[in-house]
Amino acid sequence: MVNLTYDGSWYGFLSAVFEVYEKKFSLVSILKEAFYLPEAFAGRYEVATNKLKAERVWNGLLKHLPVSSCKNIYCCYLSEIPGIENTLLKFIQLAFSTKEAEKAFANPAVLKVSQVAKMVHRERHRMEAFVRFKLTKDNIYFAEIEPDFNVLPLVTEHFRKRYADQKWLIYDLRRKYGIYYNLESVEEITFASTEDWNTKGESSVFEESEELYQSLWKDYFQHVNIQERKNTKLHLRHVPKRYWKYLVEKGV
Amino acid sequence: MSERIREKLQILADAAKYDVSCSSSGSNRKNHNKGLGDTGNGICHTYTEDGRCVSLLKILLTNFCIYDCAYCVTRKSNDIQRTAFTVQEVVDLTINFYRRNYIEGLFLSSGIFKNADYTMERLVRVAKKLRTEHKFNGYIHLKSIPGASDELMHEAGLYADRLSVNIEIPTEQGLKLLAPDKDRKDMIQPMNYLKEEIIQNREEKKLFKKAPLFAPAGQSTQMIIGASRETDKDIMFTANSFYRNFNLKRVYYSGYVPISNDSRLPGLSSAVPTIRENRLYQTDWLLRFYGFKVQEIVNNDHPNLDLDIDPKLGWALRNLHEFPLDINKADLHLILRVPGIGLQSAHKIVEARRFQRLNWEHLKKIGVALNRARYFITCNSSQFERKNYSESQIKQFILASSQSKHLKSITPQLSLF
Ligand code: SF4
Repeated sequence: MVNLTYDGSWYGFLSAVFEVYEKKFSLVSILKEAFYLPEAFAGRYEVATNKLKAERVWNGLLKHLPVSSCKNIYCCYLSEIPGIENTLLKFIQLAFSTKEAEKAFANPAVLKVSQVAKMVHRERHRMEAFVRFKLTKDNIYFAEIEPDFNVLPLVTEHFRKRYADQKWLIYDLRRKYGIYYNLESVEEITFASTEDWNTKGESSVFEESEELYQSLWKDYFQHVNIQERKNTKLHLRHVPKRYWKYLVEKGV
Repeated sequence: MSERIREKLQILADAAKYDVSCSSSGSNRKNHNKGLGDTGNGICHTYTEDGRCVSLLKILLTNFCIYDCAYCVTRKSNDIQRTAFTVQEVVDLTINFYRRNYIEGLFLSSGIFKNADYTMERLVRVAKKLRTEHKFNGYIHLKSIPGASDELMHEAGLYADRLSVNIEIPTEQGLKLLAPDKDRKDMIQPMNYLKEEIIQNREEKKLFKKAPLFAPAGQSTQMIIGASRETDKDIMFTANSFYRNFNLKRVYYSGYVPISNDSRLPGLSSAVPTIRENRLYQTDWLLRFYGFKVQEIVNNDHPNLDLDIDPKLGWALRNLHEFPLDINKADLHLILRVPGIGLQSAHKIVEARRFQRLNWEHLKKIGVALNRARYFITCNSSQFERKNYSESQIKQFILASSQSKHLKSITPQLSLF
């Protein structure tokens, strides 16, 4: 048994897959460096991230699988679920050895990949839905999020296309980075500290009309509701409580 | 100023909430002009406490109305506060909500103020302003006011993604009783006009890529359920004819919310028929995606849907001679007819069985609701669940295994089968 550790990046993961083939490892486990704990009966192999090797794996996948399944692999990687790398490895090995492997839903790895990818997609859709921008004094539409999975890379295109004529910034507080659109392109950014936002208070940071529009949105939310049809269970299923913190209409 | 706009929004959102349509999908307007917004699959940005999707800013332009339809809160004789937005107010609200990622766009309807054209002209002006002055590419759904001129309808189609006329009452007699000054013909006429225009536009689009978009998300309508003693057969036959004759994209079913003590209507204390509404949506899906014909589900022998079981199960129980199906051999269109198997599962089954013969465990993992499906199928297992049970036995078993499920009210977005 060998533990293959990689730096946590996407290319790092693909490089690890490359090594499995090149070094003909049979009993392996791929995991992030950060999660590695020395074990008595397993060796360690440190994977060096290598763009060329990573791209060879990716191009190979594109030849053996439809694009949607390749995207699913990427989504599973973004899930950051411990152990997902090993499921992905099994899936990739199957894809390289069997035709139309992505359709073998009775195989546990195939099923797991499609299920996890679905969860990540759902989170991505939630973020596309639940981001609430607030207009700052410097004319930037700003939103904070704490998604279950690392979905910012998946939502970038959506927001770039939609809000092409306004500056915006979406910040993932859990992973401590954000994406910022400057009217030309989208860049990744990190704040030195997020305290600024929290200590200065809303009124000094945000545009004057911001409060009015938040109130109007809350009013609207209350008044489209039909009391006679109240269905709290259903409401909670669609808008789980953990997302309320950032939803203007659910706020106090 | 801000207090006044808040009050208007409260009144005019309240009055618009009975229109259940909230779809913002079906259009594909791209943001080519570096403007604001685009449309695609439609996103539900939040859900109300009644569990319904909020995707559009859904408001009336005004709740003044010259008509007196008994089932409507906005009716002339109702003693309520009346108000109206200006065109600019609606535009500002839409843009500012959209920029904050609250909504996918605007759904603008209206009480009928003065006359049809006067009202329609204002709705069109809002849409035009959004599209031309603000380069707004988000979703716009306009209500087409029955009786408005063809020219205005045409203009509306140039700016809106979707247009709708609500038929509201499923039968002609019902409409006569509840809205005597309304004529069903006036409602059908714009549907027909728009259908022709939409078809013509799609043809032009094939020839010239540059031909303008015309209502790319098509038309929809809504029927109120349970206000006029109609049967489910009346409702579904009407819906079916709309789908066929006017190429409607969607028909919505809206359980009547009691709003009046008018003796022609269910009393104020009556419950909203949400389960019936859900059964109608399920039937609608069976027609549109599962290959069922309307008369298979509702007919003179079965004019009303069962409330305790879904319509597909109801059909299967009445047609036990068609079962059991061998899940490893049967055609897709037959698998789609099995209770407990949804669209996705049906497709997955057909894919997966090419690699290996499927057993109960596989079916469960794929997402089949075995508590219903197992009485209607066989698979790669010697364990036959179906031992020539009768219709009523199967129904009993299934109801017992999903006890609380059918008692809850379920809305259409939820797990349908
Ligand atoms: S015309 Fe429309 S708004 Fe006016 S009363 Fe009838 S349904 Fe209500």
